[in-house]
Amino acid sequence: MAITSIKNLKEFSTANDRFEGSHLLCPGCAHSMIVRELMNATDDNLVIASNTGCLEVSTAVYPYTSWDTSWIHIGFENAATAAACAESMFKARKRKGTLPNPDAPVKFVAFGGDGSTYDIGFQWLSGAMERGHDFTYICLDNENYANTGGQRSSATPVGAHTSTAQAGTHSYGKTQRKKDIVSIMAAHGAPYVAQLAPNKWKSMAKGFQKALETEGPCFINTVSACTTEWKFDPKDTINVTDLATDSLMFPIYEIINGHELNILYRPKNVIPVEDYLGAQGRYKHLFKPEYRHVIDMIQKEVDEKWELLQRREEARV
Amino acid sequence: MSTGVLGTEKRGIRELGAEEKVGWDEVTRGVVLDSFEGDATDIVHKKAEERNYSDFNSYTATVASWRIIKPVYNRDICIDCQNCWVWCPDTSIISRDKQMLGIDYDHCKGCGVCVEVCPTNPKSLLMYSEATDNDEALAGWPQKEKKEKK
Repeated sequence: MAITSIKNLKEFSTANDRFEGSHLLCPGCAHSMIVRELMNATDDNLVIASNTGCLEVSTAVYPYTSWDTSWIHIGFENAATAAACAESMFKARKRKGTLPNPDAPVKFVAFGGDGSTYDIGFQWLSGAMERGHDFTYICLDNENYANTGGQRSSATPVGAHTSTAQAGTHSYGKTQRKKDIVSIMAAHGAPYVAQLAPNKWKSMAKGFQKALETEGPCFINTVSACTTEWKFDPKDTINVTDLATDSLMFPIYEIINGHELNILYRPKNVIPVEDYLGAQGRYKHLFKPEYRHVIDMIQKEVDEKWELLQRREEARV
Repeated sequence: MSTGVLGTEKRGIRELGAEEKVGWDEVTRGVVLDSFEGDATDIVHKKAEERNYSDFNSYTATVASWRIIKPVYNRDICIDCQNCWVWCPDTSIISRDKQMLGIDYDHCKGCGVCVEVCPTNPKSLLMYSEATDNDEALAGWPQKEKKEKK
């Protein structure tokens, strides 16, 4: 098993990038940070499937491709299916002895945005997890359909303004809760499920390596701050992600074999969610006096979720 | 005769099943772009300058025209922490043998993330307007900021 060393950042920086520049993602987009990190975290050959979304439309604009590995673009819902099929074919051809280079280490990865993971590709993802293919599904969660103009998805959190859940005099944005995809995937009994963030590069690289190493279907939900739809300055991508992890809006944790929960990052100083919400334009309306109660509601839910995670980690069940 | 779905003869395009009749269980049409010329089996151990990129690889393209501000790099202050390398979204920080060498201005979009994550004092990367000359920027580099005691 060949894996790049991630002891420290200097060691990690000797990895040779396999995700090229001049893709057309927005300046400061966290998608490419996450994809780069995955591809730098391993020396193995990668077979990657992307379903429709920002990542796909920006990295393979004809006549260019930004991928230095095997990469396929497929329909909005099918990244998990494509990766699963490629994996099945690889296994079958290995068994029949028709592979030119059967000993080469190959890993199968699927990338999807939150729209294609939480909503449109959910059924296909669930199917692939149930069938137990040896692949890793990575969700780049930017909490809306950013590619098509920022519509709400089931990953959009309460109170966020989106183009189809607008904030105004009668509404404070999306009123429904965010779907807890990590728990849903853990409930499939997947051997490795995690929620990671690009600002904590080490836990992220370790999580990726663990998922690639683990046999069976693995799922990773990554926080991908969207400068365009979350409405912050492109230079602040990492700062906003820091706020997200330190305010516990995005706790970083892993669940092994569907039950063993480990918290991977405990902020030294937990900051109020208000700081995180205030850094983004999509939550601007919540600071009006009439919507103040929504911030308190979000804070309460975040605290409850953190309490739950800690209890589950202690219980070791 | 079909000229293919894209009607182009650019080098390296392989069309799948453009001319023959295909059954229900075969792929009809699609395009494969090769990222590299020739053998590409050991790409992971090759640095960018050793690779044989094809015309289809976006490495050969540039997005420099997107930029209105650009990062300028000051080697004298840099401590090679590689924060900018790990968080650059555009693969534009050139790092070799644990050393930061500079910025790839063909691929940089000027987002400014590298400046934000730079831990030195003063910062070893700063944003300047695209028209600024790099040497001029380096000559007028800010001094170390003293921490105010509270």
